[in-house]
Amino acid sequence: MATTETKDPLLQDITGPTPAQMLRKRIFGHQGLLIGATVLGVLLFVAIFAPLLAPHDPYAQSLMSRMEPPVFLGGTWEHPLGTDHLGRDYLSRLIYGARVSLMIGTIAALISGLIGTAMGVAAGYFGGRVDMVVTFLINVRLAMPVVLVALAVVAILGGSLQVVIVVLGLLLWDRFAVVMRASTLQVRGREYVAAARAIGASTPRVILSEIMPNIANNLIVVVTLEMAHAILLEAALSFLGLGVQPPTPSWGLMVSEGKNMMLFEPWMVLIPGAVLFLLVLAINLMGDGLRDVTAPENRS
Amino acid sequence: MLLFIIKRLGLAILVAFTVSFISFTLLFLAGDPAAALAGETASGEDIEAIRKLYGFDRPMLVQYVEWLLAALQGDFGESYYFRLPVASLIVERLSVTMTLGVCGITFALLTAVPLGVAAAIRPNSFIDRIALFLSVAGQAMPSFWFGLILIVIFAIQLGWLPPSGAASPAHFIMPTIVLGYYAMPAIMRLTRAGMLEVLSSDYIRTARAKGAPEGRVLFRHALRNAIIPVVSLAAVQMGFMLGGSIVVESIFALHGAGYLAWESIARNDLPTVQALILVFSMFYIVFTFLADVLNAWLDPRMRSS
Repeated sequence: MATTETKDPLLQDITGPTPAQMLRKRIFGHQGLLIGATVLGVLLFVAIFAPLLAPHDPYAQSLMSRMEPPVFLGGTWEHPLGTDHLGRDYLSRLIYGARVSLMIGTIAALISGLIGTAMGVAAGYFGGRVDMVVTFLINVRLAMPVVLVALAVVAILGGSLQVVIVVLGLLLWDRFAVVMRASTLQVRGREYVAAARAIGASTPRVILSEIMPNIANNLIVVVTLEMAHAILLEAALSFLGLGVQPPTPSWGLMVSEGKNMMLFEPWMVLIPGAVLFLLVLAINLMGDGLRDVTAPENRS
Repeated sequence: MLLFIIKRLGLAILVAFTVSFISFTLLFLAGDPAAALAGETASGEDIEAIRKLYGFDRPMLVQYVEWLLAALQGDFGESYYFRLPVASLIVERLSVTMTLGVCGITFALLTAVPLGVAAAIRPNSFIDRIALFLSVAGQAMPSFWFGLILIVIFAIQLGWLPPSGAASPAHFIMPTIVLGYYAMPAIMRLTRAGMLEVLSSDYIRTARAKGAPEGRVLFRHALRNAIIPVVSLAAVQMGFMLGGSIVVESIFALHGAGYLAWESIARNDLPTVQALILVFSMFYIVFTFLADVLNAWLDPRMRSS
C-alpha cells in the first residue's frame, strides 16, 4: 500500500484518497476504537513492565501494615492504593494482576480461536456431512453451562493458571465456529475462489490464501470478544474460589478477598473490580470499533 | 410445521444425550469418586473398598449407561454430602433459581425493549447514546462486582434492601437487577437493530402515508415485526441465565440450584454436580427448542431451514 501513497496534491485530486488513507481516516475518526486501543495499550504496557512499575513485591506480606487505606482515603504514598488483609501492596498486586488477566485472555482466545476457526471454516467450506457434524457440536457446546462445567473441571484438576487457561480455551470456541462458518459460507461462492480452484490450487491453498484473508476481519472481532469473555470468566471463577488460587494476584481473587472486609473497607472490592471493568470495556470498545472500521458496507 | 417440530425435537434429544455423555466423561476422567467419598483421612485400602462397593472399578461405559437409565427415571443417585437423593435436593432448590430467572428476564425485557425502541426512533440522539452506553457497560460489567457494589450502596450505606437471603420479595430485587443487566445488552441491541430495519421498510411508509397515528405505526406495525427475533433471543438468554445464576446466587446467598452447584463442586459431591450440569443443559435445550418452534410459528420462512 505504501508505494501507492502520494503527497502530490495534483495527483491526489485526480485519484482521490488511497485505500490506506481511507482506512487511516476511518480509524482515527472512530472514538470508541481510539479510546479502547489507548486503554488496552496502557494496560498491556503495565502488564509487560510490571516488575519495573510495581513499587513493591506483590507477594510480600507485612503484618505490621495490614489494610492501610489508599492515599485518597487518608493513606500514605508508601502504599498509594493501600494494603490488603495480609499487608501486601494493593497497587503492586493490581499491576501484576494485569499480567494474569491479559495472559488468560490472550492464550485462551488463541486456543479457542484455533479450534473454532478450524471447525467453522471446515463446515463452511466443505458443507454436507462436515457441516452437519460441526453444527451439531456447536449445539452441544452451547447447551453445556460454561460457568458450571469450567468450575467443576477446574476444581477437580486443581486451580492453577495453566488449568484455567486450557479449560477456558477448550470451552469458548463456539462463537469462533459460528462466525467463521457463516463468513466462509459467504465467501465460498465468490469468483476468486472459483478462479483459484480452476487454476488447480489445492484445498489447503484455497482456504489459506483465498478464504482466510477475506474472513480475517470477522475473526479479529471475535478474538476481541472472546478475550473479554475469557477474562471475565476467569475473574468469576477466581471470585468463587475455584479458579486461580492464592497467592496469585488475580483481580477476581482480589475482589473475593476484599469481600470479607467490604463492610468497612469497600475500596478493597471497588478498585480491582473497576480495573477489571476497564480492561474488558477497552477490549470490547476496540472489537466494536474494528468491526465498524473493517466492515465493507462502511467504506463509502 | 409438524415435520419441523419433529426434526427439531430429534436434534434436541440427540444434543441432550451427547451433553450427558460428555459431562459424565469429563467428571469421570477428572475425578476419583471413591477418594472423594472416603474423605481426606481415608487410607488406600479404604478407598479401594469403597471403589468396589459402589462399583467405580467397572468400565466407564457400563457406569454411564447405568447412570443414564436411572437418570431417565428421575433417579440421580445420592448426594455424597447431604446423604439425600440428588433429585429431591435439586427440585427443592430449583424454585429459587426459577424465580430469579423469570424475574431477571422480565427485568431485562422491560428495560431493553423500550430502550431499544426509543433508540431506534431517534438514532444518534441523546437517548440512543445512553442506550449504547448502558449496553457497552453491561457487557463489560463483571456480575459479581456489580452485585457487590449494589450491596455496598443499597444494603450497607442506605440500608434499603436486605444484603442476602431469599426470605421476602425484597431479597430478590438486587439479584434480579444483576442477572437482568447481564441479559439486557444483547436484547437491547437486537431490538434497536430490528426496529431500525423495519422502520425504513415500505409498509411503514405506507402506514404513515395513509395517515396512521405515529404511536400506532410504531407499536402495531413496526414493533410487532421487530420483536420476533427478540422473543427467541430472550428464550436463549433465559437458558444462559439459569446457568449463569451460580455467580449471582453465591453473592446474595440465595440457596437455589446455582448455589447448590457451587457448594457441591467445592465439596467434591460428584453425583450432584453431574445432575446439575444435566439439568441446566436441559433447561437450555428446552428453551432453545421452544424458541425455534415459536419462531417457526411466527415466521413461516424459518420452517424450511
